[in-house]
Amino acid sequence: MSVGLRKILRSREFSLFLVLVVLCIVIQSRNPQFLTATVIDSILRNYSYTILMATGMLMVLLVGGIDISVGSTLALSGMTSALLMRHGVIESAFLAYMVSLGVGILCGLMVGLVITKGKVLPIIASLGFMYVFRGMTFFISGGQWVGMQHLLPEFRAFSQGAALGISNLLWITIVVYILVFIMLGWTRTGRQIYAVGSNPEAAMVSGIRSDNIKLFVYAFNGALAGISGAMFVGFYASAQNNSAMGLELDIIAACVIGGVSLKGGQGTIPGVLLGALMIAVINRSLSLTGIDPFWQQALKGAVILIAVTTNILVQRRATRLSLARREI
Amino acid sequence: MTGQRQKRVIEHNPPRDFKSRFMRWEFLLLALFFGVVIMNANMSPNFLVAHHLFTNINTFLVRGLVALTMTYCLLMGEIDLSVGSIVVFAATTLGIVFNATGSVFLGMVTALVVGGLCGAFNGLILIKFKELHSMIVTLGTMILFRGLAERILGAEATGGMRSVTWFANLFDARIGPVPYFFIFFCALAAAFAFVMHRTTFGRHMFAIGANRTAAEYAGINVSKTRLKVFALSGLICGVSAIMFASWTGSIRSNVGEGYEIEAIAMCVLGGMSTAGGKGSLPGVLIAIFTVGLLQFGMSLMNVNPQTVRIIIGALLIIVVTMQNIRRIIGKKITQVKA
Repeated sequence: MSVGLRKILRSREFSLFLVLVVLCIVIQSRNPQFLTATVIDSILRNYSYTILMATGMLMVLLVGGIDISVGSTLALSGMTSALLMRHGVIESAFLAYMVSLGVGILCGLMVGLVITKGKVLPIIASLGFMYVFRGMTFFISGGQWVGMQHLLPEFRAFSQGAALGISNLLWITIVVYILVFIMLGWTRTGRQIYAVGSNPEAAMVSGIRSDNIKLFVYAFNGALAGISGAMFVGFYASAQNNSAMGLELDIIAACVIGGVSLKGGQGTIPGVLLGALMIAVINRSLSLTGIDPFWQQALKGAVILIAVTTNILVQRRATRLSLARREI
Repeated sequence: MTGQRQKRVIEHNPPRDFKSRFMRWEFLLLALFFGVVIMNANMSPNFLVAHHLFTNINTFLVRGLVALTMTYCLLMGEIDLSVGSIVVFAATTLGIVFNATGSVFLGMVTALVVGGLCGAFNGLILIKFKELHSMIVTLGTMILFRGLAERILGAEATGGMRSVTWFANLFDARIGPVPYFFIFFCALAAAFAFVMHRTTFGRHMFAIGANRTAAEYAGINVSKTRLKVFALSGLICGVSAIMFASWTGSIRSNVGEGYEIEAIAMCVLGGMSTAGGKGSLPGVLIAIFTVGLLQFGMSLMNVNPQTVRIIIGALLIIVVTMQNIRRIIGKKITQVKA
């Protein structure tokens, strides 16, 4: 067996991949409709924004932070562009996406500034902003939601459309994944993100401006939440005040299942992709298996717990094996 | 000289001269608290009516109970996101057992047992899988426990326990204007403060929060302490569930949603650090009352709940940033003096 192949087989991502395959086989055996193009397409389409935002959260977790305000950022940015559409200020789908993106970046920057300049712990700062952004969403919309008739037809068509048989929303996700994958692996900023997360003191001594890196990461995370806001509004054809409540927990769960450490410096894009797919499959396909819908939440919790604990067991075994080999 | 150094090492026992005492976090919080009270009293003549005031204090103390145990979790550098779900699960079992047996006492015992077991379950996973952060484990159990409550209740509600007079009185009964529950809460808070600041167990929690590895090398049984704290957290959630049932007499599967966030917000405002090893229970206590009365005052002024949310979020950020800026400036001043 070549070294490369062995490395892949031993990796955390591979064990996760196996868990995902087993999960899919179980669901498939209960419902043969599961592994068809329509169902897979609908799963990916419905969870494109969750999968997308997981990359932003990955980067935040990599620098040793956390951002639980992303659900609120999504709601705020989606609501902003929807309201502007209703008032006829925005007249193209592109502009709507740009406005959402801008709002998202601003939100992310604010969270990042409080964390880096105010020296507030990330979870506390983003907890505060979670309240603030959600409250602002209610505030600007006056507690009402923006319905389908107020959205631009072009905007809705983009979200529901497809190119080359793949949904437009999925294209955005794919492009972002490729960009972030390249950035984390092969650019200076990407390596600095890992450096800041795995050893802050060493990073500082070696001349990395940690604060700037962190600020960039939070702004980037906000930007993804912003784009997701526009995607979300377009996909569901309405902007609501309470949309994406609790989404941050799904995203953090996706990252952690994908092997990202909450302590920072550890985590990969393929892992996060698998973790996010797993969350999407669990959320979407339990109903396909004919299980009582009231069991679904409990099962989801159980699956998350089993996934993270199995991963630990596999890791322990891998470490033991490699230690044993070293002794010989 | 040695004395001075000792004082600096033991962080939660700061020097006792007047200025540093005055500049302590609890004092600023107390000022904030009185600010809220005075503002409320000015805005609405109904605020300082003892009967209303205590009725309202009672309702937010149901959540305040959760904040007490969250203090212990945060002190150890842990976090417990599953508290709201344990509350709904325990309350659900209380309702089910009451409706099945007709004995509300049995229901209460069940709620306490279920709460304690849920907490112990969290703790067990955490000590068996030390690599896992408590945030992710309790995130899983948060979904799991609420899911179990949803499974039991479906779209229905369980209730009727307020028809038992003594059970309804747990929440309602008063000596003069002061509810028994308020007195119970104060006693419990005093016990929590005593354990945290005056016992070996409390010292152990501080030590584990400051540096878990060092605590382990110093001979503290870290696993046992963590298990105890998480089980206690579940148990208190059971108490909170009982009080909730006694208050509303009806339980749906969305009870307790957001308790975890609110409890964390109260603790942080009270000066707890989520990194562990810092904070004081009196601070958290003041924060519980500040946040609770702020919400009450706003509702008296007909401010809509969304605006209240913005204000609490902003307050949290500003207060914590201020605290840090104070510390940074303080450090600079001592540097200049040196």
